[in-house]
Amino acid sequence: MKILVSIKPVPNPDEKVKIKADGSGIVSENIKVIVNPFCEIAVEEGLRIREKHGGEVVVVTVGGEESEQQLRAALAMGADRAILVKAETVLDSLAIGKLLSKVVGTEKPDLVLLGKQSVDDDNTQVGQILSAILGWPQATFASKIELSADLTKATVTREVDGGLEMIEVALPAVVTADLRLNEPRYASLPGIMKAKKKEVRVVAAASLDVDVTPRVKILSYAAPKQRVGGGRVADVLELVSKLRNEAKVI
Amino acid sequence: MADILVVVEHHEGMFRKNTLAAISAAKTLSGLIGGEVDALVVGNGVSAVAEAASGCGVRKVLVAEGAGFGRYLAVTFAPAVAEVALRFGYGAVLAPASTFGKDFMPRLSGLLDAPLASDIVGLGIEGGALCAKRPMYAGNAIGTVSMSGNPLLFTVRQTAFVPAPMNGTKASVEPVSVTAEAVGTIFLARRETKSARPELTEARVVVSAGRGIKARENFGMVEELADQLKAAIGASRAAVDAGWAPNDWQVGQTGKIVAPELYIALGISGAIQHLAGMKDSKVIVAINKDEEAPIFQVADYGLVGDIFKAVPELVAELRK
Repeated sequence: MKILVSIKPVPNPDEKVKIKADGSGIVSENIKVIVNPFCEIAVEEGLRIREKHGGEVVVVTVGGEESEQQLRAALAMGADRAILVKAETVLDSLAIGKLLSKVVGTEKPDLVLLGKQSVDDDNTQVGQILSAILGWPQATFASKIELSADLTKATVTREVDGGLEMIEVALPAVVTADLRLNEPRYASLPGIMKAKKKEVRVVAAASLDVDVTPRVKILSYAAPKQRVGGGRVADVLELVSKLRNEAKVI
Repeated sequence: MADILVVVEHHEGMFRKNTLAAISAAKTLSGLIGGEVDALVVGNGVSAVAEAASGCGVRKVLVAEGAGFGRYLAVTFAPAVAEVALRFGYGAVLAPASTFGKDFMPRLSGLLDAPLASDIVGLGIEGGALCAKRPMYAGNAIGTVSMSGNPLLFTVRQTAFVPAPMNGTKASVEPVSVTAEAVGTIFLARRETKSARPELTEARVVVSAGRGIKARENFGMVEELADQLKAAIGASRAAVDAGWAPNDWQVGQTGKIVAPELYIALGISGAIQHLAGMKDSKVIVAINKDEEAPIFQVADYGLVGDIFKAVPELVAELRK
């Protein structure tokens, strides 16, 4: 079983983002960059499948040189090797989907795992775009993945509005991880040591013959409308009275 | 300008009201760049859905019906929508930003090599070009994006557009024939979270509980309060992670986005990710014993206190 896991570096989501004064971007100084939490879940799932069925877990990311750090983090969790598709420009989901499809073309994995969304751009697009380009089945928002004994199919439980849905996809397929697929392990010290020696192959995006001109371009960032909160009530009686007579919502 | 297509979401033969926000966004788009708004229903046994859609102010409703569309699958819906969009030359396709739209619309984007703006909250013209506004970073930044390509694809945040009115003059309903091809995918089963309560994303009042609720059994008092207010019940990630509430009750960046008239947060501290899912509610009430909890910064009415004392009191008061 060969599993390709695509990951994305993102600013630590527990820190509040600051928008640059001119609206051109997000302040990145002194912000810790981590593996997108959903991608980390995808890596963990890849490792668990390998532990159960054998095979190899290859992690890939598309980004600048500094993205090697997040690939090393995935290697420290236990992935076997990594590929950095080095790109110097800002890419949209379509471009990333196309670049990843080229990596799939050379690596020929049986399963591609991704996070369902990145917590910075919040697009929820790349996995589905990739599977469309490949002409493969897709199973998004996975909370459970079970492989058939002969490793030709996967039964995926999907978290959808109103409940859960079970579908069966023929492999190879693209599956995107939801929050409750698993709880990712922490990298062990020996894991971190070993990761330093694992292979990170660098592939120039320009060498993959893909038009990466962004089709969706972020022109500017602005702060959302701030809510004026902070109002207090002393007790339940005052609360009910305010809701009835002031806010008039009950 | 080419015309605009809205893909209708439906479930078990029923039109889903989140489509109304997508129709409303399509109307806004039409006002900016022209074109007529049509609706597309893909499914099997969907005449009631088409009938409902026909009263929502669209020019016409296209119906792609077939046994192969009996169960929603992205691998069948995306190519069907692609086929219709190409055949009639639609310049834009919109769908709700639900787990339906978020699943098949990016696949459509990949199939058509067309740009997709996800979860949009606004549309406008800047510097002579169309642009969309969309929340990023858990709603802490609003990005303005421009798009190039054809057709333009959008998923629409339900809470951000005034729903198009229903039950208007009936538009014509026209069948279209498209092929259903399920690329290596079989639908097996669906497990509904059973509830007699209003849909979380459509409820006028939402009562949510978080870590402070401490145990699954304690949701009993949340239910009682919800009964009094005819409310839907939500939960924070902490409560869902602890197994006290079903996954699809989760309100937040990665769960449901809600904007009810009244949102009551019980024992929820107010992590950035939770606020992302509820801060557009009209009135927010927070009850929490920690007066420093960030939820109070967005609450109109904050009550510092023990939910186990305050909620029963509140229920008793509302019963009077």
